[in-house]
Amino acid sequence: MIAILAFYLFATLTIASSIAVIFARNPVHSVLWLIVSFFNAAGLMLLVGAEFIAMLLVIVYVGAVAVLFLFVVMMLDIDFASLRTGFTRNLPFGIIVALVLLGEMVVAVFAHKAGPMLAGRQIPEAHQPNIVALGELLYSRYLFAFELAGLILLVAMIGAIVLTHRSRGDTRTPKVARQLRRRPDTVKLAQPGVGEGMKL
Amino acid sequence: MISLSAYLIVAAVVFTIGVLGIFLNRRNVILMLMAIELILLAVNINLVAFSAYLGDLTGQVLAMFVLTVAAAEAAIGLAILVIFFRRRGTIAVDAADRMRG
Repeated sequence: MIAILAFYLFATLTIASSIAVIFARNPVHSVLWLIVSFFNAAGLMLLVGAEFIAMLLVIVYVGAVAVLFLFVVMMLDIDFASLRTGFTRNLPFGIIVALVLLGEMVVAVFAHKAGPMLAGRQIPEAHQPNIVALGELLYSRYLFAFELAGLILLVAMIGAIVLTHRSRGDTRTPKVARQLRRRPDTVKLAQPGVGEGMKL
Repeated sequence: MISLSAYLIVAAVVFTIGVLGIFLNRRNVILMLMAIELILLAVNINLVAFSAYLGDLTGQVLAMFVLTVAAAEAAIGLAILVIFFRRRGTIAVDAADRMRG
């Protein structure tokens, strides 16, 4: 009973906050609604026993991606009002396309339900904790795919740094060649007493 | 108990909202990226629901990879957005017409 209640709560909030993401006037609000949406989706995933993915969703999306979005929205001085032109002009056509898409998917879901495979099936009992089972799978059968995922993240990190890095002319950087060429006797260490000063 | 099709319907609705978001905010790249995140979230809900109801963890592994790609895509997309804004002073999609594609 409480699971059904939780499901409807999470599902309603996920859908409502997703709608708020695309209709919010202020992009900062959009990002915050996106965070709400991800939290509720994580709740949905908890209900079917996928704890690790749910936690990953909170950590990766809320902790990293949403903060990245928030950072960009707040850092750049963007005139968002001018970007909304064409919103109402696209609205009727967009809603028609969305309704067609949704209708097709709902038809597909119920046609699938009519099939014998999953109709009325309940979630099977898990033999071991979700994280243990997932870890055993990730580090055995999907090891190379897992490493590849790490490589994707590395490429994304290097790409983002290379793209946004700019060498400004007014910063002072150490000249390594000159530092290495310095002889020890060019530097004189002195410890003048209080109020004495020192002779150069 | 909740049926699988309930999860599929929720995922379908979120997916549709994401597509609608790309349609409506055709000039705002940031909102388009957020809509893409919504679409990938819907895909993840679908994968996890099927994985749970089939008793097969492969779906959750795949959801993790989708999550990885989504994070990488957001980072690269926002980096491109930042340099685009630096050069043009706007993020409108129709300002990116140097190549007349």
